Amino acid sequence: MSAALPLISLRSVSRTYRTDGVAVTAVRNVSFDIAQGEIVAVMGPSGSGKSTLMNMIGLLDLPSDGAVYLEGANVADIPEDRRSSLRARSIGFVFQSYNLLARHNAIENVALPLVYCGVGRKARLARAEASLQAVGMLHRAHHFPRQLSGGEQQRVAIARALIASPLIVLADEPTGALDSRTGTEILALFAELNRTGQTIVMITHDPAIATRCRRTIRLHDGELVGDEVQDRILPKRSTAS
Amino acid sequence: MTMLQGFQIALHALRLNPLRSFLTMLGIVIGVASIVTVFAIGSGAQLRLQEQIRSIGANVLMITPGAAYQGGVRLKDGSKLTMTESDVQAILEQIPEIQAAAGSIAGTAQIIHESKNWNTTINGTTTGHFMVRDWQLATGRYFSGTEEAGAGKVVILGSTVARELFAPGDDPIGAQIRIMKVPLEVVGVLDRKGPAQDDVAFVPLSTAKLRFLGSASNINRDSVAYIIAKVAADGQMAGARSEIESLLRQRHRVPAGQEDDFKVQDPAAAMEAQQGAIRTVALLLVAIASVSLLVGGISIMNVMIVSVTERTREIGIRRALGGRMRDIRLQFLCEALVLCLLGGAIGVAAGITLSMTVARMAGWITSIDGEAIGLALAFSIATGLIFGFYPAHKASRLSPIEALKTE
Repeated sequence: MSAALPLISLRSVSRTYRTDGVAVTAVRNVSFDIAQGEIVAVMGPSGSGKSTLMNMIGLLDLPSDGAVYLEGANVADIPEDRRSSLRARSIGFVFQSYNLLARHNAIENVALPLVYCGVGRKARLARAEASLQAVGMLHRAHHFPRQLSGGEQQRVAIARALIASPLIVLADEPTGALDSRTGTEILALFAELNRTGQTIVMITHDPAIATRCRRTIRLHDGELVGDEVQDRILPKRSTAS
Repeated sequence: MTMLQGFQIALHALRLNPLRSFLTMLGIVIGVASIVTVFAIGSGAQLRLQEQIRSIGANVLMITPGAAYQGGVRLKDGSKLTMTESDVQAILEQIPEIQAAAGSIAGTAQIIHESKNWNTTINGTTTGHFMVRDWQLATGRYFSGTEEAGAGKVVILGSTVARELFAPGDDPIGAQIRIMKVPLEVVGVLDRKGPAQDDVAFVPLSTAKLRFLGSASNINRDSVAYIIAKVAADGQMAGARSEIESLLRQRHRVPAGQEDDFKVQDPAAAMEAQQGAIRTVALLLVAIASVSLLVGGISIMNVMIVSVTERTREIGIRRALGGRMRDIRLQFLCEALVLCLLGGAIGVAAGITLSMTVARMAGWITSIDGEAIGLALAFSIATGLIFGFYPAHKASRLSPIEALKTE
């Protein structure tokens, strides 16, 4: 039974923000499941609620209505501290602007989530090396973010997202700040990770990226307007824009 | 996240901006340094007093001349030597609580031994003086009865004088020295009693009067400058004091209603009172120094608040990567603590250096005790916790989503 359980389930999820007395509904009545091993693109123009959705899947935010389930557990029932710990162990974030700590070198950045998993320094650095190796960045382990190119920084960020062997990698516009060639390389890296079984949810407004994911969820004005599965992923050259 | 990791992160963050970190902790450095210095000077002063109290001896009363009257005119205290050797005898014989007593006259003179010379206090007294003050000999002997009665040309040296006049390993006993051209034989060297006490040479009272200080006696050859007397037990001090007072009034024929022409003092008690005053002043100074700790704490809070604002994005990243609220709080609290502890440690070092410099330059005795250092460090830890808590709490309450949006 548990094998059939989806990794992530959203049931009638809405999220309303109240700023200065004005209520803004960013996400409205969205339901879908993500299974283990999927690679999903969440598409939509800016302001369509993609980031809000990602914050809820990533346990950073809670729905105002409806429920988000992680491996069958309603995340609203998990206490704040426990949710933070779950983020360290189960969620790997990749941001558009990399979000590496500027004053720490690559390997320390990669090891950071393990600090919050209670892993000792030696083990942290050993695992960070392995993770850097997996994204081909071991040779830059002791470089600081400012000494790395955008593509290299994003690879380090992906190594950081992977270090705790998370259930799911959440990537918010991971190629948004990169040139198309570097972006393609990063997407290839995600595709390869997915082939090894890593569940990935990628948020993008770029249709070219979505074509490289098997499944695409489309949002518009906070509502779910499409959920398609492609049988065949287009060959690499068609993504170049 | 553990405390240790918190400190590691804090040290890393503080190392990135050493000048700012140092300026931030400067208030604590100054506060702790001044507390340590004030403590050192204050307890040094107390030590010096305690040493003086010890050097006088336990249960000692000191009788000095008071005001004399000449035709109804009150003269200055001590302007006439109203005490006599027969007063000493009377006190010894008629007051049972008195164990020992001695009269003294004193002046300053140069002592010459071979090529060396030394200026010091010459005290003319009797062997009773050493009994009253519990002052043992390091070597040699006290004055003999014949010497006391017959103005013997002998001298007993304080340890400082012996050290200054004689080379180490040179036995002073039997040596000839000269005071105001009068040759004297050294018969004894006293034990050490304290730097202020050891710089003295004793001669028999009769010798002093006859050969050196006789002209100082402006009443008669029987008079002495002061008397010291030892009371047998602590509880008898007050009784002995009033007996001495009535005995001397009677002997000096002081009419009823007129004030005494002498004063009986308990020097140890007076010094203890002085010690209390020193303690009060030291506490006041510590209180003032604590204000700078307070100011230091406020400056740490100020910088920490700025730092939290500057590092909002870092906080967002750490929260997204799994940092709990309490991990963030611990991180910033550790930074404040490290600042305060480091500041405290530098302050202790600066305080020790400062008080040692003061000791050397001003010639004061300073004493650095572990208690003062512990207190100063405890203060700085408390400052870190109190003033670091608010910024740390503020940091931990930031919403990770909002924090990630800031540039």
